[in-house]
Amino acid sequence: MAPVLAFMAVGAVTILAVVLIVVALVFYLVSVIVQLRRITGGLDEVIAHVSEIVQKSGPVNSVVTTINEQLDAGVDLLEGLLVKKAGMTDAVGLVDGMYAGAAAAGFRNFPESATVKAPRIGEVYTRGTLTLARLGREAPIAVGNPAGFPLRDVEGGSLAARLLYPEIRQTRPESLPRSPVIGTDSPVQYEQREDIGAPRKRLPSRG
Amino acid sequence: MTLWWIGDVVLLVVVLPVVVYLLRAVLGAAKSIVPSVQEIAKVAAAGSKDLDAAALLLTTQDQVTKTVAGVANYGGSLDVILDDAG
Repeated sequence: MAPVLAFMAVGAVTILAVVLIVVALVFYLVSVIVQLRRITGGLDEVIAHVSEIVQKSGPVNSVVTTINEQLDAGVDLLEGLLVKKAGMTDAVGLVDGMYAGAAAAGFRNFPESATVKAPRIGEVYTRGTLTLARLGREAPIAVGNPAGFPLRDVEGGSLAARLLYPEIRQTRPESLPRSPVIGTDSPVQYEQREDIGAPRKRLPSRG
Repeated sequence: MTLWWIGDVVLLVVVLPVVVYLLRAVLGAAKSIVPSVQEIAKVAAAGSKDLDAAALLLTTQDQVTKTVAGVANYGGSLDVILDDAG
């Protein structure tokens, strides 16, 4: 009788151990399945959004390429026109006058322009030309410059423009040669003619 | 009989804890992935929303085309008006 009970006890323990292992397997595997389902749902959402991104960004490459091509054409046109009309040296000087240091980079379509020594643009162009040139820099598109307006300053708007001119007045010297004085108090008096303001000696003949 | 008892003890003391340990590790790893996937989903949604303005590039392209055409016409006029540098 005792061996039978012993066998039953051993068998019961074995069954208990197997049941415990199976229960643990079932519990954890079901939990893992639940988590994997949540992951699958999240990945489905990600895939949907990524598909939207791909769809929306699809034409960006071609559009940006087209915009760049058109802007390149515009730059080529303006560079060519500037060099054609102003000449290489003056063109480099004009660009360097508006964008200090730009002469070092030169023009894109004229590699030799990088070696041209930029002249002082204030000695080359008239006030009107420089005014027109500055208009380009002060156009509303320049508002986007993070450094503010490239040339115009609200408080000292004339300073930057004055620096473009030769070094005479821009340092504000205390005395400059005075302009000629005219009038009765002028230091140089001319001899007054007696016949001016006097009655006519002979009336003009009537025809 | 003795070997059977030893087998039961091994089953309960060694195999069952090892199985539980491994399954808990797998469950922990699976749980740690879920927040990451949810964050990725949020970022992807935000990225998709940011690209809503990409359609305006077509308008930009049209404006650039018109602007460059205007510049070309202006440059052509200047080319006629102004003398060459020689």
